[in-house]
Amino acid sequence: MPTVVPYQFESFVETAVFLGNEPVFALADGSVRFPAGGERVVAAHDGGLLAARHDPHGKRLLTSGEDGRVVALGADAGVTEIASIGKSKWINAVAGGPSGSVGFACGRTAYVMLAGGVLREFPHARSVEDVAFAPKGIRIATARYDGASLYFAATDTTPVSLEWKGAHVGIDFSPDGRFLVTTMQENALHGWRLDDGKHMRMTGYPAKVKGWSWSAKGKFLATTGAPAAILWPFAAKDGPMGKAPLELGTRGNTMVTSVACHPAEDMLAIGYQDGMILAVRFSDGREALLRREGMSPVRTMAWDKAGARLAFGCESGEAGLVDIQG
Amino acid sequence: MSETSAPAAAAEAPIPVTVLTGYLGAGKTTLLNRILKEDHGRKYAVIVNEFGEIGIDNDLIVESDEEIYEMNNGCVCCTVRGDLVRVVEGLTRRKGRFDAIIVETTGLADPVPVAQTFFMDDDVRAKTQLDAVVALVDAKHLPLRLKDSREAEDQIAFADVVLINKTDLVTPDELAAVEATVRAINPHAVIHRAERAGIPLAKVLGQGAFDLKRVLDEDPEFLEAAEHGHDDHVCGPDCDHEHHHHHDHGHDHGHDHHHDHDHHGHDHHHDHGTVSPIHDVTVTSVSLRGGELDQKAFFPWIQQLTQTEGPNILRLKGILAFAGDQDRYVVQGVHMIIEGDHQRPWREDEKRESRLVFIGRELDRDALAKGFAACAAKARANA
Repeated sequence: MPTVVPYQFESFVETAVFLGNEPVFALADGSVRFPAGGERVVAAHDGGLLAARHDPHGKRLLTSGEDGRVVALGADAGVTEIASIGKSKWINAVAGGPSGSVGFACGRTAYVMLAGGVLREFPHARSVEDVAFAPKGIRIATARYDGASLYFAATDTTPVSLEWKGAHVGIDFSPDGRFLVTTMQENALHGWRLDDGKHMRMTGYPAKVKGWSWSAKGKFLATTGAPAAILWPFAAKDGPMGKAPLELGTRGNTMVTSVACHPAEDMLAIGYQDGMILAVRFSDGREALLRREGMSPVRTMAWDKAGARLAFGCESGEAGLVDIQG
Repeated sequence: MSETSAPAAAAEAPIPVTVLTGYLGAGKTTLLNRILKEDHGRKYAVIVNEFGEIGIDNDLIVESDEEIYEMNNGCVCCTVRGDLVRVVEGLTRRKGRFDAIIVETTGLADPVPVAQTFFMDDDVRAKTQLDAVVALVDAKHLPLRLKDSREAEDQIAFADVVLINKTDLVTPDELAAVEATVRAINPHAVIHRAERAGIPLAKVLGQGAFDLKRVLDEDPEFLEAAEHGHDDHVCGPDCDHEHHHHHDHGHDHGHDHHHDHDHHGHDHHHDHGTVSPIHDVTVTSVSLRGGELDQKAFFPWIQQLTQTEGPNILRLKGILAFAGDQDRYVVQGVHMIIEGDHQRPWREDEKRESRLVFIGRELDRDALAKGFAACAAKARANA
């Protein structure tokens, strides 16, 4: 039976990650919590924290805030300031790239801090809603109104523009770098095959898609926004085109608010609006209860490297660590 | 502060949002500072598009670029403010930091996407409640503004509360003309007059203008006043110099003035000159009134109507009596978005009648009246 070590924080949990082998929680109040082995609290931002993402390249947590700063936190709870673009500049997106580069966005500008400390700016005509790095090369993608843009961040080449009508608010590459996918203000995802710009429309959601996770080897993209986790198959040459998605962990009376695919197995953790968390196997849809209902929606989940423990955080500040072996 | 007495309820209660619109120089920042300075014990988060010349004295000010996002559903009027979605989402993650949100728009801002954001985005809708859209009008410069901008008119047409400011800069006649013009554009707004934005905050905040449980209920004479005001004023100060009769004037004539009475009044008011030259008004309103309605007829009609005419409808509000229903039914809409709910039982002393007001452009009064009339409940056959 899985066991849960609960934590209770005073603020909305934006992002849960593992640093080293330890669960770490970035809260909306601007603090980052290291609760294992005697809680350490790091004040990362004045005002509030707006975005926090694990940087798979640098094995660190990147956060951005209302104070116009981007900082990196390591497993030792040490804080490094990556960039500071001025007080009251809300930095609403951040992502880590190869060779220590960090991308972020504020208003209508995307920024990339290159490893050497050079800050590059990429002005846009409309707001930059999100940024993501390609798995290889210092190539950054931005989500914006009516599409996405791709920049080689270290050079001055013309950006590649991928157009699709509507507001694109989240963005990510597939782990193999073949596809670029966005979440939209509408209840839909959009994708492009980067080789030829071929479109992929992923629709049918009853709610906005606000969370997603790539499964082991990038076979599926699991998403929130429905009463079930919706998993689009990406293994084939055409991605999910013409294929029906998997629907896992369907519940009639609540919505999926967070998903986290297991790092090795074809299995994922599904967090719901009512705070429940299930683990569900892709092959047969078999479910295991990881956490009962709580006070508020599950906002964020992350697996440790071995796939033995799951860290989760909820909107009301409830959080915890699930050991699936018990 | 009453909010703190019930923490559990307060945590769940949606955060009220007040939207301040008005042309540059109308006094938005002055009003904002008045709201913030008053000793009310409330904390506000203020969202502005530009830091103006006058500073805003508040701890939590967020500057955001006005981003109008058209929703990708083939409907041109389904727009939201993408920046507000993002900022409100960020703000509402932190409970207890503030009690209410004020959105100050730029002078040229279209108020519709701002308001629609609070209806169309599920997350924003779940956590906030649009309280009212307050438009500030510069009494001195309104005639000029209406002449050169459609936004000024939209802001008035869309507002729940219109604050005619800087009344000390105009003569009583000018002020009367300005007020009549505001009435003509928006017969259902609550109008206040002020100098230097000096107004009791209770008249601006906590209006519940989009709250279906309260809508139209605070002021039982609301719609009567609306109709009255409409008939009184549209044909008054609106019609004057011939050179002000723009092409849109045709719409006013064609679609708005359908009562014989109106036509009379209208025709006889072409007396050059004595009233303020304000006639650059393209927004009209239509007030409908009838007896009990058949809900099986009403809902398909209003759905169809808002689907096809939505782009022309800025606001709609109504109180309806459905045959066989003990409760008053209230509806409100913004463009294609419409929502309705049972409000409360009809009182003994109330006349069970249905009233509906549309504010918009190119409204076809005849068609609206005909459609509304066709929703009337048939006399009960099995009575």
